[in-house]
Amino acid sequence: MALNRIWVYAEATEGKVSPLSLELLAKARTLGGTVEAVYAGADADAVATTLGAHGATKVHSTGDLSGSLAGVPVASAIAKQVADGNGPDLIMFGTTYDGRDIAARLSVAVDKPVITNNVDISAEGDDVVVTEPVFGGTKLVRTKFTGGAPYIALFRPKSFVAEESGGAAAEVASIEVTDAGQAKVTNRHVEEASGPKLDEAAVVVSGGRGLGEKDNYQLIEDLAKLLKAAPGASRAIVDAGWVPYSYQVGQTGKVVKPTVSIAAGISGATQHLVGMKGSKNIVAINKDPEAPIFSVADLGIVGDVHKVLPKLIEALKAR
Amino acid sequence: MHVVVCVKQIPDPAEPGKLEGDNTLDRSGKLILDESDSYGVEMALQLVDKAGGGEVTLVSMAPNNETSGLRTALAMGAAKAILVSDPALSGAGALDTAKVLAAAIKRAEPDLVLAATESSDGYTGTVPAQIAAILGLPSITFAKEVHLDGETVQVQRQTEAGYDEVTSPTPAVVSVTAGVVEPRYPSFKGIMAAKSKPVDELTLADLGVDAAQVGSAGAGQEIVAVDDAPAREAGEIIEDDGEAFTKIVTFLDGLKVI
Ligand SMILES: Cc1cc2nc3c(=O)[nH]c(=O)nc-3n(C[C@H](O)[C@H](O)[C@H](O)COP(=O)(O)OP(=O)(O)OC[C@H]3O[C@@H](n4cnc5c(N)ncnc54)[C@H](O)[C@@H]3O)c2cc1C
Ligand SMILES: Nc1ncnc2c1ncn2[C@@H]1O[C@H](COP(=O)(O)O)[C@@H](O)[C@H]1O
Repeated sequence: MALNRIWVYAEATEGKVSPLSLELLAKARTLGGTVEAVYAGADADAVATTLGAHGATKVHSTGDLSGSLAGVPVASAIAKQVADGNGPDLIMFGTTYDGRDIAARLSVAVDKPVITNNVDISAEGDDVVVTEPVFGGTKLVRTKFTGGAPYIALFRPKSFVAEESGGAAAEVASIEVTDAGQAKVTNRHVEEASGPKLDEAAVVVSGGRGLGEKDNYQLIEDLAKLLKAAPGASRAIVDAGWVPYSYQVGQTGKVVKPTVSIAAGISGATQHLVGMKGSKNIVAINKDPEAPIFSVADLGIVGDVHKVLPKLIEALKAR
Repeated sequence: MHVVVCVKQIPDPAEPGKLEGDNTLDRSGKLILDESDSYGVEMALQLVDKAGGGEVTLVSMAPNNETSGLRTALAMGAAKAILVSDPALSGAGALDTAKVLAAAIKRAEPDLVLAATESSDGYTGTVPAQIAAILGLPSITFAKEVHLDGETVQVQRQTEAGYDEVTSPTPAVVSVTAGVVEPRYPSFKGIMAAKSKPVDELTLADLGVDAAQVGSAGAGQEIVAVDDAPAREAGEIIEDDGEAFTKIVTFLDGLKVI
């Protein structure tokens, strides 16, 4: 078998394993072979239960790395396991801030490519093939690893469905960090967001440059509140400073797959579409009938957001 | 203060993308400066300014000795450029690209290396950290603010929850996100001056990089198929007559989200 041992890089905040890590574990279980996790944090014992319940038999833990950026130390620890002959055949990362850094550093350390932006993976005989969407998700490129193990791959969020396996808590084993890295984290800032999380909400209401000016984003907030939705944004208005980066939907922002997405005043650039075209239903409001957003809309309204949104908000309030 | 900026020259994103026979991206047409990298160039110019003097050098790897994107960045104010072009580089992956750029950067002996968090066409987002790993330098990705202070660089790095303050000794590789600074428009004078600024054109042999290690020869990956993704079915598009909001209400009602 091509893949006897698969590692998934798992991430958690305050003891809660990220949905993306659980998605990767679910996919890893379908590929055959043993599934294990790699974890960087002081609380490996606490997350081992969840990781085990999702199919990891072991957690390779680096221990506490707070104060360092994850890239150098985690890559050094994995590379040491590879050098010692204890490494995996495949290591799966989520497309996250740290996931990309670690995968990039690891690829240099073991001199193997890292294939990025994947939405699928399959093991076909001896071939391991990953799938990456290009051109705004209109084409799917399938790429085979040809350089031998370890195969390193990064996956986009929401590519797979997380599912429990009913496994017992994973065994925790420590792996040695051989290089702590020189970049130090001196302070962390958390930007509080209220309401449901963008990548977990059942309804997402996003606004773009068509809103005209910053103050008009209030229309999006109001509509979101009425629908118990998460407010989102195109990059254009994040760059313009109307809303924080955490609101951004798209290639460099969040991937959303809610029951319904409402896009108001968003053109539908390919980099935006890849972040939201997986929504089960899409409603778009744009004054330009040629806007690309309409190519993915189930219900498209050719109209002015300043006319449609206030009326919609009033109608919902009246219910 | 010597800052190197990695700048990628890419096919115009406004034109529809095309694939070659071997399924790699067609880069044969005119290439332009990746907008993502215009932020790195601007940031570098500002940092050199604040440091009270120095120089910005561009480093790029592109087919066919393409320089039009470099000229744009030179017109913004960069002093010179190193361009690596070699037929052996067709089909190069991110790691191969990083090996080549790292070899070129090493020659320039910078105090700081800037790149974009991700390119517009490849968007692997791994090249900057790979360059740093090859050169044995610290790297800080996703920078939304950068300050240089003597021998250290201080960065605000975007995170899932907000941002981290990170500090590192220099030289270091920092990748910046779009929108960190407002890229200047090249002035007429800048455009004229750019025409005569030096562009050092190098091959792999000039850099001492083994062609078997990079390009499709070294890629360790092979595209086996390119398929059409399942398209979304076209929906209903209506012109707002003042009552379109009721359509939305009915639609949301049908989905039981209100
Ligand atoms: C490497 C890279 C990564 C990127 N990543 C992302 C990403 O993650 N997410 C993202 O969103 N973008 C991303 N982008 C940017 C993307 O290409 C677009 O520039 C951006 O999505 C455009 O935002 P917008 O639709 O709000 O603005 P615009 O493109 O300016 O569109 C505004 C729309 O509003 C409409 N409009 C104007 N007035 C009204 C009105 N009164 N009523 C109704 N409609 C109106 C217009 O017809 C137009 O269609 C990325 C770009 C690059 C190069
Ligand atoms: N061929 C190249 N020439 C110069 N810089 C590059 C090249 N490829 C990548 N880079 C730099 O690395 C960044 C990230 O690229 P990528 O990893 O492809 O998303 C780019 O925005 C550039 O700053």
